[in-house]
Amino acid sequence: MNEDWALYEVFIRARSGLEHKHVGSLHAADARMALEHARDTYTRRQEGVSIWVVRSIDILASDPEEAGELFEPARDKVYRHPTFYSIPEEVKNI
Amino acid sequence: MRPGLKFLYHIRLGSVHMYTQALDSCGTEPPSVAPAGEAERERQFQERIDRDEKIEPKDWMPDAYRQTLIRQIAQHAHSEIIGMLPEGNWITRAPSLRRKAVLIAKVQDEGGHGMYLYSAAETLGVSRGELMAQLLAGRAKYSSIFNYPTLTWADIGAIGWLVDGAAIMNQIPLCRCSYGPYARAMVRICKEESFHQRQGYEIMLTLARSGTRAQREMAQDALDRWWWPSLMMFGPSDVESGHTAQSMRWRIKRFTNDELRQKFIDATVPQARFLGLSIPDPDLRWDEASQHYASGPIDWGEFQAVLKGEGPCNRERLAARRAAHESGRWVREAAAAYADKHSDHRTGTGPAPGYAQAS
Repeated sequence: MNEDWALYEVFIRARSGLEHKHVGSLHAADARMALEHARDTYTRRQEGVSIWVVRSIDILASDPEEAGELFEPARDKVYRHPTFYSIPEEVKNI
Repeated sequence: MRPGLKFLYHIRLGSVHMYTQALDSCGTEPPSVAPAGEAERERQFQERIDRDEKIEPKDWMPDAYRQTLIRQIAQHAHSEIIGMLPEGNWITRAPSLRRKAVLIAKVQDEGGHGMYLYSAAETLGVSRGELMAQLLAGRAKYSSIFNYPTLTWADIGAIGWLVDGAAIMNQIPLCRCSYGPYARAMVRICKEESFHQRQGYEIMLTLARSGTRAQREMAQDALDRWWWPSLMMFGPSDVESGHTAQSMRWRIKRFTNDELRQKFIDATVPQARFLGLSIPDPDLRWDEASQHYASGPIDWGEFQAVLKGEGPCNRERLAARRAAHESGRWVREAAAAYADKHSDHRTGTGPAPGYAQAS
């Protein structure tokens, strides 16, 4: 059995104005093949107008075990949200 | 560097070998977990499941959960790939251009479904090559239904109506499965699958309601041959099934095999009646008390035999799959050679001609 082709992650823009969104992954010998396979695998029903492919190995991801350290510091900073501030009702347009 | 950033993980690799340790000189081992810690982690894991949280690839999970999912998703993927064969058999003989276009699209979908599922399995740390090797070596299971032959055009109708109908019944609850990548693959598959069932029923309608007598008989014969194997698709009865209780606790499964089978029977019997066809089960009757159809016993001996490789087409299916793999070898080799020759396109020195930079 040959070694697997590189794994690519596929991102698709559903229509102009929207961001590209991760839809899945596939194997391909090179980037061009990855694009062509992405088209056949993930856009058989007009799911997109643009495709990105990126080699999975080039993505660095945060570790779920460290999610606390990474994301919890934001928890006690509620003053970053507009609802933290009370404004009298008679004041308009703020 | 904060210790929290000690491990940079490459996305998607399973935890067995997922550590790409960077920026850390004082230890090369992944954090080891004492048995007591393991039990605690399992308890926390089950609590996450009970709260209906989704488990994602790099989250900690018990090894048995990982292995159960690899086995189930791989079998599911293999079923999609082998499932292309009985229907592919009729592409060149479809009775009209419309039917041919539809059948090609359906078979292509099955191939796509196999790809989604292999990808989902790979997030658990198994490689595509390994899964493919298991299938080609005859060491992997796939749905027993695909070891039955497609003898007439009506079989293509019966497969869409019954086999895809049973698959949908099985797959809809899997859209809520606790493992994120599997659940997402199933959402996509279920969306695409519903045309498969409808096109099959439409073929049956054409044959059974507006066809000649010979065509009606052909439709009845297909129903006679596909009914029982379709019921077997839901797997062994709950009392026999070893995996059901644990899979339900992990929320991989949401309903038992027998519950899903009953749902399928209740949905399908009136559809058969509309076609004017009869279900080949002398014991089938409406049970007023339970508000369900009661049905006769399933021949589990046949099911076990087909699983063990003694079905009518087991050898033929694997031989066809191996031949397809072998005859594609030169294409794979040529693609790999081409990619090597142009490897500057892959190593990030610049986009290949014609590529837009992602921005």
